[in-house]
Amino acid sequence: MKYEPVIGLEVHVELNTKSKMFCRCSADYFGKQPNTHTCPVCLGLPGALPFTNKEAIKKCLQIGLALNCKVVDLSRFERKIYFYPDLPKGYQISQYRWPLCVEGWLEVEDKDGKVSKIKINRVHQEEDTGKLSHIGGVTLIDYNRSTVPLVEIVTEPDFTDPSQVKDYAKKLQQIFRYLGVSSADMERGDMRLEANVSVRPAGQKELPNYRVELKNINSFRFMTAAIEYEIKRQIEALEKGEKLTQETRGWNEAKRDTYLQRSKEEAHDYRYFPEPDISELRVKSDELRIKEEIVELPNRKAKRFVADYGISRQNAQVLVDSKELAGYFEEAIKLGREKQLKPQEIANYIVNQKIKLASKDQVLRAVEDLAGKRVGILEDEVKIEKIVAEVIFENPNSVEDYQKGKLNALQALIGGVMRKTQGKVNVEKVRRILESKLQN
Amino acid sequence: MKLTADQVKKVAKLANLPLSDEEIEKYSGQLSKILDYIDQLNSADTSEVEPTFNVTGLSNVLREDKVGESLPQEEALQNASQVKDGFFVTKGVFEE
Repeated sequence: MKYEPVIGLEVHVELNTKSKMFCRCSADYFGKQPNTHTCPVCLGLPGALPFTNKEAIKKCLQIGLALNCKVVDLSRFERKIYFYPDLPKGYQISQYRWPLCVEGWLEVEDKDGKVSKIKINRVHQEEDTGKLSHIGGVTLIDYNRSTVPLVEIVTEPDFTDPSQVKDYAKKLQQIFRYLGVSSADMERGDMRLEANVSVRPAGQKELPNYRVELKNINSFRFMTAAIEYEIKRQIEALEKGEKLTQETRGWNEAKRDTYLQRSKEEAHDYRYFPEPDISELRVKSDELRIKEEIVELPNRKAKRFVADYGISRQNAQVLVDSKELAGYFEEAIKLGREKQLKPQEIANYIVNQKIKLASKDQVLRAVEDLAGKRVGILEDEVKIEKIVAEVIFENPNSVEDYQKGKLNALQALIGGVMRKTQGKVNVEKVRRILESKLQN
Repeated sequence: MKLTADQVKKVAKLANLPLSDEEIEKYSGQLSKILDYIDQLNSADTSEVEPTFNVTGLSNVLREDKVGESLPQEEALQNASQVKDGFFVTKGVFEE
């Protein structure tokens, strides 16, 4: 039987606000001394009251709108209850029934370049947990990260191939960076991926009655490998007549396989209930204003580059990789116009020669180098012949050597021509002209 | 409404409470009584009443993104039963 994968993705991204989600402690926790960015709120001490960060909500809405979501009329926080030392309160403040943004989509490309629309179920706001280190049989806890704002983005199970998942995750990372809401560094854990993977007989419409959650995967490459492995494992199990169940698995990079972390019997029961200490959010009226403030995003920018500058889609995609690179490219086009350089030439030059554009100086240099190369190339045969004649006249010894049969004397003459033209002439052309002149 | 031993065990597990067999027996009786008592609320007709999630009735209470003071490390750790190098220490748990 032929099977097809059914994949959904959950992405967590840590926002780069100055203060935490529900208290005024600094959210800049990375590399700081443990437990120096805490207060009664983020330590979960009795009686402390959470106080919502306006900027975090704005950034969450920006993400939602960038992913074509609707902002809901009414949004609420809820308590997600579970016992684990990363959560000092015994619950995480999250959103469940009333997320801020719903029903979005993003276009992704698979490995063959086929474009599909992935539906986004929700974009919601929550808080990060403390960081645990497991050392020598004990667990060390640092609550500096506790209550740092975290946004979760959940797709529908619309992916059918791991290459789509990779493209989606990369596009999200790019969008976070364009929006300036997070540095979205995977290794630092600013951005985390979880995939829900199952398989069903090809053509079947209903979703499978189980799904395997892949957790704690901190690179795009590992995510792709884990999903590929998991699809294979599940198809093999089904073909052997085994029944697959709900479970959580991790990725072992050394062994390159997935391993069981939690089975269905241990599944959590979070008993969500509305957070009574935080006011509800009615932010629908901000939707238009926030939408207007959003910068031009990579997908649209790439389309504009193709339409306005006539560059190839592949080049456009490379050039919109970051907002900065795209900006420098447009600057180069402006500068290049004065030197009669076409946008296509500039795009080809930057992409093919892997020219680094990370400052105004580098833009200037790139344009001048390119203009110099093109303007300088001596195409006029009459002019070249004139220079060749000069070189022959000035180097009688080399000419004599060559005519006696010392063929490498020709190199000296070619070198003379290159020096006179500062290298702006095609070597083969020079050789051809020299040879014909010396034979006469 | 009588709670079964399994239901009590599940609630205890969710609350992270280790219970002995006698306690399970004892609490299933007590919890059942509490539930019966609370159950009286169901006799009130609330079909026309909106649920109350927040008693203040306020919305959009938000603060500006400004950093304030945090507790010094010693103070943050002062109630911990065990600390090490500025960390809270707990008995080993497996990473999930």
